[in-house]
Formats: sequence, C-alpha cells, structure tokens
Amino acid sequence: MRRIQVNVNGATYEHEVEPRLLLVHYLREGLNLTGTMVGCNTSNCGACTVLLNGQSVKSCTLFAVQADGQEITTVQGLQTNGDWHPMQTAFHENHGLQCGYCTPGMILASISYLKENPNPNEEEIREALEGNYCRCTGYENIVKAVQQAAGQTS
Amino acid sequence: MIPVAFDYEVAESVDHAIEMLGQYGDESKLLAGGHSLIPIMRLRLAAPSVLIDLGRLENLRYVRDGGDHLKIGALTRHRDLAFNDMVAEHCGIVGYAAGLLGDPSVQHRGTLGGTLSHGDASGDMPSVITALEGQIVIQGPNGERVVKASDFFRDYLVTDLGEQEVVTEVRVPKLDGNTGWSYKKFSRRSQDWAMVGVAAVVERSNGSIGSARIALTAMGATPIRATSVEQALSGASLDAVGEAAQSADEGTNPASDSAASAEFRRHLARVWTKRAVEEALSR
Repeated sequence: MRRIQVNVNGATYEHEVEPRLLLVHYLREGLNLTGTMVGCNTSNCGACTVLLNGQSVKSCTLFAVQADGQEITTVQGLQTNGDWHPMQTAFHENHGLQCGYCTPGMILASISYLKENPNPNEEEIREALEGNYCRCTGYENIVKAVQQAAGQTS
Repeated sequence: MIPVAFDYEVAESVDHAIEMLGQYGDESKLLAGGHSLIPIMRLRLAAPSVLIDLGRLENLRYVRDGGDHLKIGALTRHRDLAFNDMVAEHCGIVGYAAGLLGDPSVQHRGTLGGTLSHGDASGDMPSVITALEGQIVIQGPNGERVVKASDFFRDYLVTDLGEQEVVTEVRVPKLDGNTGWSYKKFSRRSQDWAMVGVAAVVERSNGSIGSARIALTAMGATPIRATSVEQALSGASLDAVGEAAQSADEGTNPASDSAASAEFRRHLARVWTKRAVEEALSR
C-alpha cells in the first residue's frame, strides 16, 4: 500500500492505495465520483477522460499513485457556484448527447483542447476528439456544441 | 483487466532510477508516461514486480537547441512536441508524427523516451527517429553513451538498452531549407496502429534529388530503412520516384495479422513510399 494525496475537484483527499489501483477506480470507488465512466479499458474510447493538472488524460491508463500530489478535475468539478461550465451549457443547448455515457469524457477532452487551440475549425475539433467515442454516433451535435463553446470562450 | 500486483517506487533522479534497477534487477520495469506499459500490464502480457516511476523527472522534459541538432529530453510528452515552435521550425516531422499518434489524451501522457524504449516497430516515433538518423542518449551505471537509432532497435520489442540503463535524451538533426520531410501512416481507423508507415527525409539538390532517407513502420521486427529506394534516389531526377518506390518492400519482413496480410503490407509500403517521397519533395 502507498499513501497518496490528491486534489480532486478542489478538495484534498488522502488515502492508502494499492499501486495497481487505476485512477478511474480510485475516483469511482474510492471517492464515489461516478461521473467518470469506465468504457473500453484499453485507452481507446475516452469515457474515463479526466483533467490532470488541466490536461485531458485517460484515467484507465494511469495508476492512482502516479497522480500523487497532482490536481484532478472530473465532470463533477466543472460547476462554479452552481453554474455549469460553458462547455456543459453548450452540450445541453446543442443536445450534444444521446445516451450520455461518453458525455463526461467528451466535455473534459473538449475543455482541454480549447486551452490548446481556442479557435478551432470543425475539422480540428473532430480530430481533437478522435480519442473519445460516441457509440450512439451523435457526433454532429457534439461538434456543434464545441463550436459554440469555442465562440464563447475566445 | 487489473494488472498483477507490483511495488511502486518513485525515481528522484536518473541516478536513483539506475540504482533501483540494479537493486531490483530484471523483475523491475521503468515507467514513464505509461501508455505502452500500462495497457500491456492490463492485458497481463507484462507483470513486473516493481515499477520505477520516472514520471516526476521534469528536468528530462525539454527541447533545446544543440547547434546543428535539437536535444529532446526523454520525458518530453508527445503533445509538447506537437506544439513546440523549435521542433516545428527545425524538425517538423517530429512534431507532426507526435501529434498524429494515439490521440490528444494519449499524447499528454506518452513520452518520446518511453515509446523508443518500448521499441515497438508498429510505433510511429521509432521509424521517424530512424529516418532522421537520430541519436539516443543512454545513461547507465558506467556513465553516458550515445547510440545511433539504427543500432538502438534490435528486434521485436528489444532495444540496445541494458538492464540498468535509462534513455535520457534524443537528438535529431536540424533540417535545412533544402530538405523536406513526410510521414505517411496508413491505418483503417483513427487511433489504430499503423498498418504501414513511411517516414521520408529528402534533400533536394539543383533541381534533382540529393539524398533520401526512408524508414518503414510495421514492416518487420524493427524500423527498416528502405535502402534500395534510397540508393535509387541518390542523385536521381525528380521523376524517378515512382519507379524507385517499387522496391520499397525489398529486405522487409512484414507480419500477416488481423490488420493486414504481409502481401498487402508490401503493397502499402510501395505506394506510401512513393507518396511520402513526393510530399517530402514538395515541402
């Protein structure tokens, strides 16, 4: 076992964890933050995407011990004072979801990408989300949502 | 799947990592970004008993001007390379390929030193660094040594790295204005490994081709130089590319697997070598 201290969604947590515990399982089962999904378990689908120090990562391909001392944001940490993040609002207004399973990962990957490229064109958005699968194939509205959010944040 | 249980150690420095490699021996494994190692541990294809995490060594995360070459720290993330201005200006193929592999989230974690140490001939960076005739800086208990990329990749997932050695830096040449580059990757789906990839670095000289360096991804156990194409293009005219590329699969040994047959890979190598060299000449 190994003691870790992480900041998740603004709160500090300290736990003894087994080194092989994956970050996604620590978030879901250790902290009960079930907004982060388990999808393919092979670093492909992006359902488990969270922000590590502000950058999108796949929490199924990271051990919790690697996140020791770092800052993590999940979909449940995006609100400020009860207000949705502009990306959440944009997904809501554009109906950027069908079943909703991929949505937390889509939103976090999109937020991360807009920090790198605040004014992407449609093709760039599609490429930036290549690591996030929507098996409902609802990509059209997801891309529209990111375009709307980009317009607001730029 | 959940990996087999292991002990976890954080390396405070390269020397500390080398010391721990000595202490734990071949049951231990270095962890950098983890985007090659963790997936195979999850499949239980690898089960190291100790992981030595290099991930905190921020001093190995850099791109520096080395005069006629760039020095890239082994812990530099692919995403850093994709957005690095010095890389874009002097050795664009490195930034382009780093931005092509995996996806942005993978690029945020995966490192150049990690992907080269993993030594997968289906990976993009090994053939890019091979085509550039880059150099790998390795540190071990007896100090530092520098190995040419062509000597670094030995066999399928086997590199020149000794049991107690760590890749610390990668050196790639600055390409001058007469030298163009291309990396072509063919895969069925976004994010897939390359069925075949072609890295080409081509020097123009007085309206013809001066020299070409071409390395193939996924055409054998290691990145393979398309030497017969390189020889045919040396000093050749620009319209020689199509015919020269016909020998791109000479000396290769591609696998047949669920992604493609060996015969199809040979075909792809010929087609994409032509396209890669043509694109390099246009840049």
